[in-house]
Amino acid sequence: MGRSLFDKVWDRHTVGELPDGRTQLFIGLHYVHEVTSPQAFAMLDDLGLGVRMPERTVATVDHVVPTDLPMRRREGARRLPFSDAVAEGMTAALESAAKRFGIRLLAAGSETAGVVHVVGPELGLTQPGMTLACGDSHTSTHGAFGSIAFGIGTTQVRDVLATQTLAARRLAVRRIVVDGSLGPGVYAKDVILHVIRSLGTSAGAGCAYEFAGSTVDTLSMEERMTLCNMAIEGGARVGYCNPDETTFAFLRGRPHAPAREAWDGAVDYWRSMASDGDASYDGVARFDAARIAPTVTWGITPGQAIAVDERIPYPDEGQTVADRSVIREALEYMKLDPGAPIAGTPVQVAFIGSCTNGRLSDLREVARYLSGHRVARGVRALVVPGSMSVARAAEAEGIDAVFRDAGFEWRSPGCSMCLGMNDDRLVGDQTCASASNRNFKGRQGSSTGRTLLMSPVMVAAAAIAGAVTDARDVFDMRPRSNPDAS
Amino acid sequence: MPLESIARVTGRGVPLRGEDVDTDRIVPARFLRAVTFDDLGRHAFEDARAEARSRGTLHPFDDPRYAGGAVLLVGRNFGCGSSREHAARAIAKRGVRALVGESFGDIFAGNATALGIPCACVAREDGDVILRNVEVEPATMIEVDVDRLRIRAGEREFAFHMPVAVQRALLDGAWDPIADLLAREAAIGATAARLDYLRWARPKAETE
Repeated sequence: MGRSLFDKVWDRHTVGELPDGRTQLFIGLHYVHEVTSPQAFAMLDDLGLGVRMPERTVATVDHVVPTDLPMRRREGARRLPFSDAVAEGMTAALESAAKRFGIRLLAAGSETAGVVHVVGPELGLTQPGMTLACGDSHTSTHGAFGSIAFGIGTTQVRDVLATQTLAARRLAVRRIVVDGSLGPGVYAKDVILHVIRSLGTSAGAGCAYEFAGSTVDTLSMEERMTLCNMAIEGGARVGYCNPDETTFAFLRGRPHAPAREAWDGAVDYWRSMASDGDASYDGVARFDAARIAPTVTWGITPGQAIAVDERIPYPDEGQTVADRSVIREALEYMKLDPGAPIAGTPVQVAFIGSCTNGRLSDLREVARYLSGHRVARGVRALVVPGSMSVARAAEAEGIDAVFRDAGFEWRSPGCSMCLGMNDDRLVGDQTCASASNRNFKGRQGSSTGRTLLMSPVMVAAAAIAGAVTDARDVFDMRPRSNPDAS
Repeated sequence: MPLESIARVTGRGVPLRGEDVDTDRIVPARFLRAVTFDDLGRHAFEDARAEARSRGTLHPFDDPRYAGGAVLLVGRNFGCGSSREHAARAIAKRGVRALVGESFGDIFAGNATALGIPCACVAREDGDVILRNVEVEPATMIEVDVDRLRIRAGEREFAFHMPVAVQRALLDGAWDPIADLLAREAAIGATAARLDYLRWARPKAETE
């Protein structure tokens, strides 16, 4: 019987079994950031411990950084302190810990600044066949490369800093197979929203999701990252794709990819870690790509999603008592009427960015369609590139001008309005069409703010219409019928 | 670092109805703007508590009937969402020493375990009975028996489950694993030695 990538990577990184039966798992790469990690460095100090492998630890600043920073600074110039004193304090705490322990810092304001789940892959730090952890639940993103990557709490950040290992339970592996071609205007974001909507927000508890099938095979690395990013929203701490030629091509030549003389050996290792054809799984769920439409959340969990041409459900449409109760709660919070179409729901804010959809391909795809359109009056529209490198590349292609001309704010990189830890927040009960990952109550910085998750192209369509609308109509994306055909 | 064995948690209940209560709701992100965990107790469920007040009702954490409760009674998928350990710590700072619910977010449950707080999974019907029991009679004593995997609520007893390794970690006083992790220095080195990728990095000059 063959083995899955999860089992191969897990076994290779197993240090041993702890007395309680948990695995002591070696972590090949550890990302730390300013929100959940400064406390862990303080814990090390309390215990008189150091950082065991600073060379396998990389620090980023992303959650609290302001996004109105100048995008150019003098070569070698020191970063100017943020005017937000709390953000400055958190950033300075991380910077000082990085310096003290010899940890590589991808500094705020530098050319390598950005959201950890965007920058790590961009630099080639994230590679197949690794274990990878970070004090952030969207660490599942890195599974797109065929690594086993997961979010951890601060105490576990301390464990990894001190020992490069943590105590973990082996996960079950559930295979999510998506076959067929996605229609025009349908993206990886729609696929994952559709999967979560179908399986539920807790179906992945105790599981890793292996994404497979002909649809997944043809996705780019950036699209695979979108897919794996939101595995956690389905309850799966780990989501991954098997590494293939697409993966290797993405990595080749990146600053931290294996050196030239190590490349062939690296590719051999990566290939050997992919799931065997006859691997066994703890469950398989199958989806037909052709049946997936542009998908939008209407409620307060990422599972409360519907196709853009569907109606908002009535409470009695919930399958379980719990589902019905969450539908009722969501309708009340979102101030939406059951039975009404989601299309036409007014939005006041449009946000494109985040570790889910703040990459170059996301911005390129929107820019392809945006020329000649204008953001509706009364809508605030923001684009926050996922990293400085995304911003630079987009600017080189003139994408920033396309967004600006359409009435979008073009901002400097950070997590921004995904979670409102900086000044980018909803106000009152504003409704935001958002390319981010969570529509939880209060998620975007206002305790009554409302979030509708969707793909970046759908966000752009909503910004233009001032309401949720089918991007395929706004941007004329439907395949034309051939008038010569009978 | 020997820790106490957590074999049993006994106390009154705090009934928190609702499903899919995510960690943003437990501690909204704007209260994570700090480099310590010191102030978290105050901000636990801050928005939900304010919302309850605005309706003229009381959130269970503000309701004097449940003051001093040590066992938080919750629904399905409690603690889903972000990895912020702040969530488990904020609840702990409110005096909670065990949770009972239908299911928990994986990362949240791990964070709670690392603080020595058991998350007991019960059948939905049983969770409802316990919750209603406490709502009707707030003085009901709840006992979460980690050793026997049983919850006693007043006169009734219910089974619960948790991963065997987590149960053992709690019973053995190994819920904070740092001592065990540090004890295997040689094995960690041996694991690192067989991972070729740790040595594939380009020379520094070539990268930055």
